[in-house]
Amino acid sequence: MLQYTIRRLLSSIPVLFGILLVTFAIARMIPGDPCRAILGEKATEEVCERFIRDRGLDRPIYVQFGIYMQDVLQGDFGDSLRFSRPVSLILVERLPMTIELSLAALTLAVIVGIPLGILSAMKHNTPTDVVTMVGANIGVSMPVFWLGLMLAYLFALVLKGTPLWLPPSGRLTAGISSVPFYEVYGWGVDPETGTFKLLHFFSNLYVFNSIITANWKVLGDTLKHLILPSVALSTIPMAIIARMTRSSLLEVLGREYIRAAKAKGVPYRTVIMKHALRNALLPVVTIIGLSLGSLLGGAVLTETIFGLSGVGRALFEAISARDYPIIQAFTLVVAFGYVMVNLVVDLSYTLLDPRVRLQ
Amino acid sequence: MTASDRVVAEGMRLDAEALGGKPTSLWRTTVRRLFQRRSAVVGLTILGILVATAILAPVIAPFEPDQVLIGIEEGAKIRSAPCIHLLGCPKDRPEHILGLDGNVRDFFSRIIFGSRFSLIVGFTTVGFAIVIGTTLGALAGYLGGWLDDAIMRVMDVLLAFPSLLLAIAIVSVLGPGLINALLAIGIVTIPAYARVMRASVLSVKETSFVAASKALGAGTARILLVSVLPNAVTPLIVLGTLEVASAILSAAALSFLGLGAQPPTPEWGSMLSTERNQVFTSPHLVFFPGLAITLTVLGFNLLGDGLRDALDPRLGRGTKVEVV
Repeated sequence: MLQYTIRRLLSSIPVLFGILLVTFAIARMIPGDPCRAILGEKATEEVCERFIRDRGLDRPIYVQFGIYMQDVLQGDFGDSLRFSRPVSLILVERLPMTIELSLAALTLAVIVGIPLGILSAMKHNTPTDVVTMVGANIGVSMPVFWLGLMLAYLFALVLKGTPLWLPPSGRLTAGISSVPFYEVYGWGVDPETGTFKLLHFFSNLYVFNSIITANWKVLGDTLKHLILPSVALSTIPMAIIARMTRSSLLEVLGREYIRAAKAKGVPYRTVIMKHALRNALLPVVTIIGLSLGSLLGGAVLTETIFGLSGVGRALFEAISARDYPIIQAFTLVVAFGYVMVNLVVDLSYTLLDPRVRLQ
Repeated sequence: MTASDRVVAEGMRLDAEALGGKPTSLWRTTVRRLFQRRSAVVGLTILGILVATAILAPVIAPFEPDQVLIGIEEGAKIRSAPCIHLLGCPKDRPEHILGLDGNVRDFFSRIIFGSRFSLIVGFTTVGFAIVIGTTLGALAGYLGGWLDDAIMRVMDVLLAFPSLLLAIAIVSVLGPGLINALLAIGIVTIPAYARVMRASVLSVKETSFVAASKALGAGTARILLVSVLPNAVTPLIVLGTLEVASAILSAAALSFLGLGAQPPTPEWGSMLSTERNQVFTSPHLVFFPGLAITLTVLGFNLLGDGLRDALDPRLGRGTKVEVV
């Protein structure tokens, strides 16, 4: 197991190196003059020459890539061109929002998708099955941004004044603010240190922060604001998970050992829940890992519609504003996270299925 | 027909005889199976209507898609709600079954013309990705060695990015616009085809009919086209159909973000994006383009599922196994 983990980690190095190369190339290929983008249109030739020399932009491209790699490995992503603040600080502010949203959507997709798939397989070829699968097909066909806008219209406008009303944008209602736990508990942290960034990151996970500071009002408000975006974001993975669970369960139900279990008088429910599901859920785990990609892509759209300042929206805005350091760092973090999650999914196979021999 | 073809054809005929049946065409079987599946029939119906709409757009649409109706039609008001006389809309108001948009254009006509763009988007991106992806996959699988490693590592890197984010990044390098958005979506989907093609190549590379072709002096290109490609057609068709669906969704998303088709192009994603701030006051301007996208994507998804079932000879009737 340990050996396999190490080998898998090593084999993902070329991919991670490739990701570095791609993010480096993309940022260099975006049209525009970096000097004038940073120092303004009025920068003189002289100033620009010095700027380019200082940043090593006059060196051969492979040297530049070397400098870039060195910086990244040291966790230094440079300063944002637009905000003149360290990119890493912006990252710890924006990333928690996206993590919260993606986790909420993924949780929703799993707790609704898997039972629907089981139901559909148990009632194979009945109206229940047909309705569920038609629903799943419609679910994968809806554009996330359209569903989001329609949900906002329905819950924020049509249901206005009813208890079902939900806020159409933002993370918190105006006037309510989430106080970081390190301030609540009076920890004096130097804002320049890495520890501060770490604490700041966790305090920006509003659900986590409000729970450990026992601030139930903020927790309720955060959750209320999370419902619409996470429902919009969850439909595609939910539909995919439901379909995968159904087909995988149907396949397992056709096996000999299931017939044997039935023949010895095990109740049907137990056959499904204990015997069949354990095998059937293996491919579903893979799909859950892979659907993280569509979640992150969908996050750009969901965050735009619901006015949430997460990684997706920050990345999109950075691209429009040619803020290279942010583009590089955020793409890198997202791609890195995606690779790592899929690695974890692969490794979890050994725990879930003892038959899987890792080569 | 060349000598190697004759060898292969004779082999296939003998195989069919050995199985005790007349050789039946794969395509005939597929079409028959396809029409037995309700979802595939629904998908084909939706797509049939879509294609007809796209071709007959100038006939169906009551107005030109870019025609501003101010001054042309009495009572034409900005963003007026749908008005259908049959459903009780007052007769003194002009009839617009999907209302008017922010530039006082007939929304129904724009939606009708939008069908053309969605079809163009779907087929060009998938066509582009299939040609490049299968070529790369075939070369990687057939030639092997360092070329295989190099090509597949590049594909791995492309797959390591969430596809929409990579497409956004590529469009940001190329500059916004429908053509660049199509190119970006095409590039992002190449790895899927490369992998499928490579797997097919690997599975038939060592078979005797490939060895026979080689012995008869067939070159690499000929072997790949004549002996290997037909074995990969089935998964490629299924993947292609499903990818048309996701390409349309991605293109709509890029247009929604302002990176794809630009106004006043009657493209559904772009129409939706232009009017998205009016969702609370004129919801019809957001609802209908989204509905059109959903139905189109649904059509391709249903057809893709149906094709997968119909083309897979291992599946008997009644045991529908889906792999997402």
